[in-house]
Amino acid sequence: MLLASAKKLRSFGIIGMNQRNFGLISHYNPRHLYPLVDDKLKTKLLAQEAGITVPKLLGTVEYQHDVKLLKKILQPHAQFVIKPVKGSGGKGILVITEHDHNLYFKPSGDSIQLADIERHVSNILSGLHSLGGKPDNVMIESLIQLDPVFSDYSYEGIPDLRIIVLCGYPIMAMLRLTTHVSDGKANLHQGAVGVGIDMGTGHALHAVQYGEPVLHHPDTRKTFSELVIPHWDKLLQLAAACYEMTGLGYLGADIVLDRDQGPMIIELNARPGLSIQVANAAGLAPRVAVIEALKAIDPDPQSRAAFSKQQFTANAGTHPPRLLRTRSDDPKP
Amino acid sequence: MSPKLRLYILVFLIMGLGIGLISYKHFALGFPLSPDDKKSVWTIEAKIDFIARGDPVIVSFALPPKTPNVVFMEEDFASPGYGFSELASPAGRRAQWSKRTASGPQTAYYRLSMYETDQFIQPPIAAADLPAEPEKPEFDGVLKTAAITLLDQVRSKSANTEIFTRELIRTLNSNTPDQNQRLLLNDQSSEDYKTNLIIHLLASEGISAHIVRGLYLNEGRKRLSLTNFVEVYIGGRWLLFNQNTGENGKPKNFLVWQRGDQSLLDVIGGKNSKISFSIIKSIQSTRNLAVRDSISKQAGLIDFSIYSLPIEQQNAFKMILLLPIGALIVVIMRLLIGIRTSGTFMPILIALALIQTTLLTGIIIFLTVVGTGLLIRSYLSRLNLLFVARISAVIIVVIAIMASISIISNKLGIDQAMTVTFFPMIILSWTIERMSVLWEEDGPREVFIQGGGSLLTAVIAYLFMTNRTIEYLTFNFPELMLVNLALILILGQYTGYRLSELYRFHALERRNVTGKR
Repeated sequence: MLLASAKKLRSFGIIGMNQRNFGLISHYNPRHLYPLVDDKLKTKLLAQEAGITVPKLLGTVEYQHDVKLLKKILQPHAQFVIKPVKGSGGKGILVITEHDHNLYFKPSGDSIQLADIERHVSNILSGLHSLGGKPDNVMIESLIQLDPVFSDYSYEGIPDLRIIVLCGYPIMAMLRLTTHVSDGKANLHQGAVGVGIDMGTGHALHAVQYGEPVLHHPDTRKTFSELVIPHWDKLLQLAAACYEMTGLGYLGADIVLDRDQGPMIIELNARPGLSIQVANAAGLAPRVAVIEALKAIDPDPQSRAAFSKQQFTANAGTHPPRLLRTRSDDPKP
Repeated sequence: MSPKLRLYILVFLIMGLGIGLISYKHFALGFPLSPDDKKSVWTIEAKIDFIARGDPVIVSFALPPKTPNVVFMEEDFASPGYGFSELASPAGRRAQWSKRTASGPQTAYYRLSMYETDQFIQPPIAAADLPAEPEKPEFDGVLKTAAITLLDQVRSKSANTEIFTRELIRTLNSNTPDQNQRLLLNDQSSEDYKTNLIIHLLASEGISAHIVRGLYLNEGRKRLSLTNFVEVYIGGRWLLFNQNTGENGKPKNFLVWQRGDQSLLDVIGGKNSKISFSIIKSIQSTRNLAVRDSISKQAGLIDFSIYSLPIEQQNAFKMILLLPIGALIVVIMRLLIGIRTSGTFMPILIALALIQTTLLTGIIIFLTVVGTGLLIRSYLSRLNLLFVARISAVIIVVIAIMASISIISNKLGIDQAMTVTFFPMIILSWTIERMSVLWEEDGPREVFIQGGGSLLTAVIAYLFMTNRTIEYLTFNFPELMLVNLALILILGQYTGYRLSELYRFHALERRNVTGKR
């Protein structure tokens, strides 16, 4: 069947765009807090203050005439990532893995020249990739090293973990794996694989590519059933701590695992998408209902992470979703 | 009060106000709900001829009464050299022409344009309209016997006054009159004689009645005269009877000119006075008539409305008032269907351009301009330009493309393509810029999804905005905007699934059904 029945989706607790915008984003995220996460430099500073590991900042470019300085900034670094400070959805990110005289190599092996990088930076500065086309800044970060755990599940890129955090409680997680078709980007729209992760154990649950279930990685042919995310407790605590950091009630934390430095926060999102439900084959609504039913929010991120871990584990099977209340039948405040 | 309840109350109020105003305009001011509603407007000319004797002349002429069922658009009085005044009395309006001295043939004109409304209001009977106790008429010898026989005959066949009147008129008009009827009608039966006879016969039964003169409204007739009817006071109401058939009720297309016994025309100082009517019919749109009537009545709603603006501004508003319809379509397409468009309200602007260019031409032009623009933009991106400079360059390119389309199509003799200028250039440039960025970042698939979504939304908005009835309603009932606003407020509360999400999550349903949760 091409269309799902709305009634069934509702019984699974799937949240739609309208409900996300209305019931979650506008309900939990005060507008004035957006700049904290829309501006990646601010997020980085916040995270550093909170003692959270972030990729090292190698330099920034603020003005058009500073583009000339790029050569000097990039000189000492063999590997780096160029990002728009206010970019969204992974747009405008340029990854360089090798640097040889005037040639810079992308993960795919394509080589580009300094002039190409300069143009890219200049485009970012004029706001090509920013939300609403506003002028933007450029930040240059150190490259994240692929954790060997993922080497079998990733193609020409770094997978990242998206954890949805509601009022400080992690409620759902998804691993995004780069593929050949996604051009090394962890973007589901472009063909990256989304893998639903069991909140209790960090085991892979399901995987989807282009919204359809897949059993193994399309490029490496590795089955997902063996995939387990290491440092799972640490990751959950990291995500939970983002609540205190930003004050946003509903956010998506993007976390990567660095081979040398462990879990790092690369980006926070005030408007996380809904594909995570497809990857997990589960709706957000029942989990939202559990959190909303709590009388008080635990001030300690660690115990919040522990609560989520125990509450939302897949094996427990104690919460068939259709028995749970969904937001839509909540009594309105 | 919860915000939700407050919103619903607001929606309810706005909706109620909108619908209320629309109903008021429709029912009280007579604005039709369909653009095709037409009415017959009758122009009646009464021509009064007489020969003046060289003395002071006064011509007094009965004018038709103003009733709620008839709207008088215009009344003209003309007679060269005469003083004129219109006199109102309880018995009815009269026109009066006067002159110190006149001799020879004289003519006076009265012209009236009127139409009948759809309202069926029975005006309350004014005190002056109540009948006096009828005087028992005196019939001479033979006639008296005939009248009594006739009345007995009719009375035996009737149960109430209404039937009695009808029967009386039928019997008098029967094809095979008996002796009594022939005697009463007396061969010299002119219309006026017959009318008076009926009134007298009714009076001798104690029934009040008076004469009504009126005009059958028939197209293109000349030298008409008034037709006599009998109006009978029954049960607190005046009922109109056709004196030749006995049917009661006012016939269709019949204008009551004069009620009661006053003369139709009095000429003092003249002789051989003669009156003739001619009628011309014209068809006019009900809406125009309603606007005109409301303006002349100074109905507040209309007096302070778009109609009071100069025509040019009115035309501009015709377009502007269509925009809310487009906005509603965009809201529905995005919130309920979940179609992605490039730029929230760009589809409306495309739809506006389509209105000017017609659908097919517009789409071809749009695709040509955007397609060519994308090609040239992809070249510009290699030139390493700053953003603002690049988009300005795209604007110039778009204008150049438009100019070439116009010139080439002109040479080829395709006139439609000349309408290309109606497309908003800046918006097109932005579209091109955005699409090309989208192409670079998300690939051509996304460009087709968003471009197609925008175009689809624009076409649907276009189809609604060019619908004759919708166009008519939005302009003539700007109150519709309130209803539209209320709908949009309600849609803004919709938190259910979008249609596209039912597709997006369809794989989910399958997996959940197989129990592999």
